[in-house]
Amino acid sequence: MPRSQAIALALLVAFIAAAPFILFPVYVMKVLCFALYACAFNLLLGYAGLLSFGHAAYFGMGSYLSAHAAKIWGFTPELAILTGGLTATILGTAFGYLAIRRQGIYFAMITLALAQMVYFFCVQAPFTGGEDGIQAVPRGALLGVLDLAPDFTLYWVVAGLFLAGFLFLYRIVHSPFGQVLKAIRDNEARAISLGYRSDDYKLLAFVLSAAIAGIAGGTKAIVFQIATLTDVNWPMSGEAVLMTLLGGIGTMFGPVVGALIIVTLQAELAQFGAWVTVIQGVIFVGCVLAFRRGVIGELQQAIRRPL
Amino acid sequence: MSGDFVLETEGLTKEFHGFVAVKDVALTVRRGTVHAIIGPNGAGKTTCFNLLTKFLQPTRGVIRYEGRDITALKPAEVARLGIVRSFQISAVFPHLTVLENVRVALQRARGGSYDFWRSESLLSRYEDRARALLADVGLDGYENVPAGLLPYGRKRALEIATTLALEPKLMLLDEPTAGMTHEDVDRVVALIRRVRAGRTILLVEHNLKVVAGLSDTITVLTRGQVLAEGDYAAISANPEVKTAYLGTEEG
Repeated sequence: MPRSQAIALALLVAFIAAAPFILFPVYVMKVLCFALYACAFNLLLGYAGLLSFGHAAYFGMGSYLSAHAAKIWGFTPELAILTGGLTATILGTAFGYLAIRRQGIYFAMITLALAQMVYFFCVQAPFTGGEDGIQAVPRGALLGVLDLAPDFTLYWVVAGLFLAGFLFLYRIVHSPFGQVLKAIRDNEARAISLGYRSDDYKLLAFVLSAAIAGIAGGTKAIVFQIATLTDVNWPMSGEAVLMTLLGGIGTMFGPVVGALIIVTLQAELAQFGAWVTVIQGVIFVGCVLAFRRGVIGELQQAIRRPL
Repeated sequence: MSGDFVLETEGLTKEFHGFVAVKDVALTVRRGTVHAIIGPNGAGKTTCFNLLTKFLQPTRGVIRYEGRDITALKPAEVARLGIVRSFQISAVFPHLTVLENVRVALQRARGGSYDFWRSESLLSRYEDRARALLADVGLDGYENVPAGLLPYGRKRALEIATTLALEPKLMLLDEPTAGMTHEDVDRVVALIRRVRAGRTILLVEHNLKVVAGLSDTITVLTRGQVLAEGDYAAISANPEVKTAYLGTEEG
């Protein structure tokens, strides 16, 4: 890991360690869940050059299945979250297989259409509880021993999960596979002419991204003890795009900062009711005009080191 | 027969919605030679090129490589057989460093790189070879520069280094000197001359000076069809070629 990224990681770990003593643990957990979700999305957009507009499907189904597993099947939280992740993996494999055959805007439209199918499935399917969602999901006990009901205990589990996910993504990006993926992002035709079957690489990236998005969704369901249609609806897909753009596409730490900004804005602006989205939109437009590379992207440019 | 010819085509035809871009092209590329395809703009040179590398699927016709029918293969498969192409617009990976550009080609020696759980430090064993290739094309000292920031001529040099990294049996160069300054053209020509040993090169070119100095065989294409074939002396003496191509070139 280059020194700039090592320092950034140390700062991130320090923030995560100190945060529950200064801020509400539930608020920080929300940030971490969304940060992991945005990081997973960024694997596709930032490192494979694929703009998915349907990541809500993986986040939402991860959320639903984790909630269902924990509440109805009585799974322990780690198994419940794993169930959500597996569901998203399977879904991501099927959808990715269909979507990666198209490029650019068509890819985005297909992922959106498939995700909307999932949304309408969730509206109708009895197990999701329709408009009510799956409520009162038990947090349970980690591995059947550690009671996760207290926020402060759950926090460390979520923090550990987030860091594991983040480092896993870091490894993917900085692996032999990641190297080829970045080459495909930069110039797909050239990568093919070197003998790489680009569709296979894109599909694998898609599946990995969906899996981690599902785990983020599952974790969110355990933290808030609820899975709802909001998790699987298209604005959730938009949030991944927004967080990643704000933080910095194709940077490791950008989506984390983006998630922090968006979650904080939503919390701080909640008093303005319906105006939240309007204010969020204005900020977004402002950011895009003022710093196109996103917060971390601009910082990276300024210090000329990867972040 | 396949001993003499690396690449052969028969009746190669490509139609785009009724427009015939390449018609009945029979091409034979002899082993160890530099074979140039020339022709005026719109003659179908690049289409022909894309057909040979399978970036386009021919409407009719057969392509044989080392005696094997490769007409139905996908571009990545053709590349794996040792036919490696360059592109008209310089094809580098702009956000990767110069070293990474070459390394990602050398990495092909591992087969597929689907191991997302391993560290990329695994790839450091390719770096010495990458540096040697870069030095060979005069790019030493640029290893850590993002390829997108290189000047145009050097991008082409990087592209050739990346292509060479795959040890291609047949190199296809699509207008290797397009849009270059004189100095850069000379450098690339010298480079091609140096790397041609032991290889077969097929190049599409507009710049006649390049073709004259480099090629053993020249095929002239006009309106998608082969007009003439021979060495430079024969081609430049051919009156039909003069009207179709050289005539316009020399005013």
